[in-house]
Amino acid sequence: MLVFLLRRLLQSGVVLLVMSLLVFVGIYAIGNPVDILISPEADQAEIARTIAAFGLDQPLWTQYLIYLQQAVRGNFGNSFVHGTPALALIVQRLPATLELACVALILAVSLGIPLGLWAGLRPASKSGRAIMGLSILGFSLPTFWVGLMLIMLFSVQLGWLPSNGRGATTELLGVPVSFLSWDGFKHLLMPAANLALFKISLVIRLTRAGTQEALLQDYVRFARAKGLRSARVVFVHVLKNILIPIVTVIGLEFGSLIAFAVVTESIFAWPGMGKLLIESINLLDRPVVVAYLLTVVALFVVINLVVDILYSLLDPRIRLSDQAD
Amino acid sequence: MSMVQPLLEVNKLQTQFPTSSGIAKAVDDVSFSLAAGEILGLVGESGCGKTVTGFSILGLVDPPGRVVGGQVLFKGEDLLTMDTERLRAIRGNRLAMIFQDPMMTLNPVLRIDTQLIETLQAHQDISRAAAYDRALEALGEVGIAEPAQRLRAYPHQFSGGMRQRVAIAIALINRPDLIIADEPTTALDVTIQGQILALVQALCRERQMSLIWISHDLSVVAGLADRVAVMYAGKIVESGTVRATLDHPAHPYTRGLLGAIPALHERGSRLLPIPGTTPSLLNLPAGCAFADRCAQVHGACALPPPDFAVGHDGPSHRVRCWLNHANSPNRIADAAP
Repeated sequence: MLVFLLRRLLQSGVVLLVMSLLVFVGIYAIGNPVDILISPEADQAEIARTIAAFGLDQPLWTQYLIYLQQAVRGNFGNSFVHGTPALALIVQRLPATLELACVALILAVSLGIPLGLWAGLRPASKSGRAIMGLSILGFSLPTFWVGLMLIMLFSVQLGWLPSNGRGATTELLGVPVSFLSWDGFKHLLMPAANLALFKISLVIRLTRAGTQEALLQDYVRFARAKGLRSARVVFVHVLKNILIPIVTVIGLEFGSLIAFAVVTESIFAWPGMGKLLIESINLLDRPVVVAYLLTVVALFVVINLVVDILYSLLDPRIRLSDQAD
Repeated sequence: MSMVQPLLEVNKLQTQFPTSSGIAKAVDDVSFSLAAGEILGLVGESGCGKTVTGFSILGLVDPPGRVVGGQVLFKGEDLLTMDTERLRAIRGNRLAMIFQDPMMTLNPVLRIDTQLIETLQAHQDISRAAAYDRALEALGEVGIAEPAQRLRAYPHQFSGGMRQRVAIAIALINRPDLIIADEPTTALDVTIQGQILALVQALCRERQMSLIWISHDLSVVAGLADRVAVMYAGKIVESGTVRATLDHPAHPYTRGLLGAIPALHERGSRLLPIPGTTPSLLNLPAGCAFADRCAQVHGACALPPPDFAVGHDGPSHRVRCWLNHANSPNRIADAAP
């Protein structure tokens, strides 16, 4: 187990290194941030001074090595735009995005699994078909359009929910969160539902497919032949088996929820990392973009690790092995 | 003969599966009965409806398949019309089943003790501790060494033969009156097959349990069962005591099955395989379904064959065939001047 963790850590280090290099070179290729940042009236001396201040006068490989040197010490550079440490900017925005993604994930699991089970157990019933029909809608409708429609309906027409921002936040263990106050919760509900829609549909379809497959297995028939009550057959024998693929997909999807909450955050003006990323890309704010992507990669690594551990808890046939395979 | 009520009485059971190309009559007009403590061998080739018969009795036919007619009287009560809760209370309790493939029967993500204990708790109000003790005992009874350790294991930590022993322990844990065993040795090595067979036989004798042993292997049934029923294309074509049926087989199909068993002592003697394959259950002929493969086919076989007592060993030996039947149209035609 320890060897497994160490190997994982080493692999993650390599991934982070390659990732940082790619983004560094990529943004260098796109253009010169100074052209965007500095006012058109600035004279040549001022431009040269700014370039020198950002270290952009050095050759690319020197810039990268300096960056790495600093990064190892935990310094990811200052934002070109804000002048504050890039990592601090991201960490400041992280809780908002994490909260949004977590609530969306909880919605996806708590709605997706029961609905999927229902549709899987009663595939021919009207309710089963209706669930599948709606899940196709959830799958196909673009997130931004659904977001706009939600705002139209609940903010503009009905006036029930606010259309932008986080609302009042409450400190929880030193982290600002929205869901603890009524005002914050109202702000959170719509963007979370918008972000969750696709994932709910995904979980419904996965659960339904898994249920239908499991129902044909001998062990389910044997469980029924033992005279078990149908609740036990469904919630223990079927559910425990289908949770394995569901956990995998949910784990991967949680990473993408965080990384790609951009659209939802833009529509609902949610002050999270996604919005910061879009702004930074527009301004070629390299330190922030690189730091953002490194953060996301690190999150993916952690999530995958958690999924692997959950796996071994759910499926007794899988043990985290210490040997490379 | 005393009029003791049989433990199980199956009357004109019919199970059908609707498919896109028609209705498959997997079980068609099957009747048999079983006394307490009796062992019945249900024999036939793959796809002849043996397994579906077993599932129909327990009410475990997967939709869209369904039992469309007949009765399954278990201790006088019809399982087919019983409400689901009452049926659930009988399943796994008075009437249990062992499946063909032990690799697939046990739930891979649940420990053996969970799977044993839940079977007890589904049918009686028993504490976990007491159920655990019973589970321990049950594993010991099917010949599993160090049951206390093995109880905490998962199915993948057992071999196929051991898994089948566990499945048998689960099926027997509530001391049922009747076990339906669906080819429980087919997926196992020959030596393990013998062990499992001996185990089930011993447990049945010891507990006066009735057993329906479903198999494609007449030689296994010959050594195990009291009576045998031979199925072909969804129908029972011959049934009777093992001695009468195997010593004096009346149906050409039964004779064919016996001819296809390799004999150990007559080396070099030719096996006589039955030509052809089982017919599709989707469009069975109006007459005898075996006619196409039968060496003794004649004009009468185009008509539905009669079901009659053939005379060996009294009325219990029955056959569904025109050969040797008194009212065969051919015989009448031959007799006519």
